[in-house]
Amino acid sequence: MELDPVILSRIQFAFVISFHIIFPAFTIGLAAWLATIEGARLFTGNALYRRVFDFWIKVFAVSFGMGVVTGIVMAFQFGTNWSVLAAKTGSIQGPLLGYEAFTAFMLEATFFGVMLLGRERVSPRFYFFACCMVSLGTMFSSFWILANNSWMQVPLGHEIVDGKIVPADWMQIVLGPVQMVRWPHMLLAAFLTSAMCVAATGAWYTLRGVHRDEGRVMLHWGLGLVAVLIPVQLFFGHLTGLYVLKHQPAKFAAIEARWKNEQPASEVLIAWPDEANERNLFAITVPKLGSMIASGNWTSAEVGLESFPKEDRPPVVIPFFAFRIMVGMGLLMLAVSWFGNFLRWRGQLETQRWFLWCTYLSFPTGFVAVLTGWYTAEVGRQPWVVYGLLRTRDAVTPSLTTGDVAFSLAGYVLVYAVVYSFGLYYIYSLLRDGPGPDATPVAVRGATGSRPLAFAGHADTATGRAGRQKP
Amino acid sequence: MSELQASDLALFWAGVIALAIMVYVILDGFDLGVGILFGTTTDEAKRVSMMNTIAPFWDGNETWLVIVGAGLFATFPTVYAVFLSAFYIPVLLLLFGLIFRGVAFEFRYRSQRLRWLWDGGFFIGSIVVAFVQGAAVGAMMRGIRVVDGQYAGGSFDWLHPFAVLTGIGLVFGYALLGAGWIVLKSDGALRDWAYARIGWLLAIVFAIIAAAFATVLSVDTGAVAQGHLAGRAWGWVFPLLGVVALLGAAWAARARRDAWPLACTALFFVSAFLTLGVMFWPYMVPYAITVANAAAPEASLQFLFYGGVVVLPVIAIYTIGVYWVFRGKVSGGYG
Repeated sequence: MELDPVILSRIQFAFVISFHIIFPAFTIGLAAWLATIEGARLFTGNALYRRVFDFWIKVFAVSFGMGVVTGIVMAFQFGTNWSVLAAKTGSIQGPLLGYEAFTAFMLEATFFGVMLLGRERVSPRFYFFACCMVSLGTMFSSFWILANNSWMQVPLGHEIVDGKIVPADWMQIVLGPVQMVRWPHMLLAAFLTSAMCVAATGAWYTLRGVHRDEGRVMLHWGLGLVAVLIPVQLFFGHLTGLYVLKHQPAKFAAIEARWKNEQPASEVLIAWPDEANERNLFAITVPKLGSMIASGNWTSAEVGLESFPKEDRPPVVIPFFAFRIMVGMGLLMLAVSWFGNFLRWRGQLETQRWFLWCTYLSFPTGFVAVLTGWYTAEVGRQPWVVYGLLRTRDAVTPSLTTGDVAFSLAGYVLVYAVVYSFGLYYIYSLLRDGPGPDATPVAVRGATGSRPLAFAGHADTATGRAGRQKP
Repeated sequence: MSELQASDLALFWAGVIALAIMVYVILDGFDLGVGILFGTTTDEAKRVSMMNTIAPFWDGNETWLVIVGAGLFATFPTVYAVFLSAFYIPVLLLLFGLIFRGVAFEFRYRSQRLRWLWDGGFFIGSIVVAFVQGAAVGAMMRGIRVVDGQYAGGSFDWLHPFAVLTGIGLVFGYALLGAGWIVLKSDGALRDWAYARIGWLLAIVFAIIAAAFATVLSVDTGAVAQGHLAGRAWGWVFPLLGVVALLGAAWAARARRDAWPLACTALFFVSAFLTLGVMFWPYMVPYAITVANAAAPEASLQFLFYGGVVVLPVIAIYTIGVYWVFRGKVSGGYG
């Protein structure tokens, strides 16, 4: 693999977006979780929910802040490294991403500020309303990102004028059938990610014997939410697979590592795809299952990669493994949440330490599933950046040199390493120290809706050990 | 191509973006300036007070930069593509500077051992951001090479001595805004300290800007700008206004009228910006791409218009609201 500006720009984009997506995914889920728990408090009047809320809102604030910082970088990537893409499709992608920015600003300027600072200044009902609006806002924010990406996956509602791809029908661009499947898939992924983290945090406290009541709430609610959401997510995952089969058959074949056309098609459970020789090594396959998965019967013909010209084929190894890891994480969440709820029914959830350990260690499952799911979607779309319309290698900024991109990539790695290690340590410290005693109204110095890190920072337990609770 | 007339919507969005740039330069200008002055003292009490004067504002100020970026991508995608390609390295440095500045705010109070790192990041980040912005203006005055709607120059074309001059000019210009802000928001020793710096900063800014302006008027690369300024004699009112504003700032500093150094410096930035407007118009990327050439199709401008007319006033009201809530002098921080 030769290091040219194209491959380096792709690595750079993958790097900065991977580090970005972690935070929005977490934030979308946490916003919904906070609205849920605030609703529970409002309707039951139980002060315990308030303590859980006051704890998670700090984590939310830091995560939101980190999402904003890494998101600003994303806003410039299209122009710096993919200027041909920007110039050719900017009149479609620009407004979609512009609406995302608008949505985020509206949030910061309005209900997010109320949520961070307005607890004592507005009525409980209005406060709950603000929490719901923030949750809705984060979902709308993701709507625009997914609309943009869905359009790049399956372009609809455009026309080509003077070599530029311009909008013809915004309804089709924004509300296409693919978007209507992929957006819920992403939202559910975000909910699951955060619910697993909430459950894992609860398991952590229970194992350490600290914050027993709060830990119990987190454990029970988290596992309950995952148990309900995961079957829905598997269904939407299935629908997503159907759109890929219909609109991107080459990606589907790559995910399945199906080199030859087959009838009936077998399913490769696991293998090492050998791209050079177009075959699978060490493959474990199930006959006929491939036809069943793709077409719902045991006999249908399924296309293999041989049906596509070589220059139109995606890489195989990354989509193949990324997809399997994503599905594996989904099944893991299914197992943990359903078994956890079984234990809960038996009244043993807090006492089975081995299971608490399993739950605690499952905290990254959602993040891993989100990342690998996106790798499947994005690498599987290659060699196209806008599917069927613009190839990735034709979309790169023509004036870029290898040195430019090597320099910027190294810079991003370095800067993110420094900033990230502090940000993650910050979140880790908040999670480790756990909820404080009953909340008292606090005046937060200089924090506004657009400066959430300062809010979380008010807790002197954040990174200092002064206020740390002894187990 | 250049005969093309810009549509009303294209003019609307060009106006929004120009306004957003101006608001950004003045608002983030003063907090970057405070960051620059922050590094010129080691007195912890002064440093804490300086940070407190900008704590509730700086992040909202940067919102306007994102509006410029997102707005350009959506409504003038060609300009977005060419500008970010031409300034690949400066944009990278700008982002790094902003990131370090942003996290320094939150992290410096949570770490004793590494405070030097965050303080250094805050100071150097502020200088870098100011410098690359100034250098980009200088490079634009010299013109940007464009072929077929894409940037066609090298990675370091922007790093010309003239752009270095304007880059340094903006570092001092922002420091001047920052000094004006500190004077407005503080009292006691810190205000005296800031007052003492305004005179020097004014002299340096005047010298650099005058040199840069004279250069543009006398060399070939600025021929188009010279032509525009010659054909628009009324445009001379703006550089004159700039000189008056600087004199006003000098007077205000001498008379110790706390609000006026900042107001006059801001007026100076507005006049400089309008002078650039007179020299560039109708080019968005000088001297290659005009507003009409760069505008996205009407369908895009229209689509975003519905969001813009709702969101932009909200952001403006929010900005004003935050400044109102945190009005007055800082004594011991906002709390």
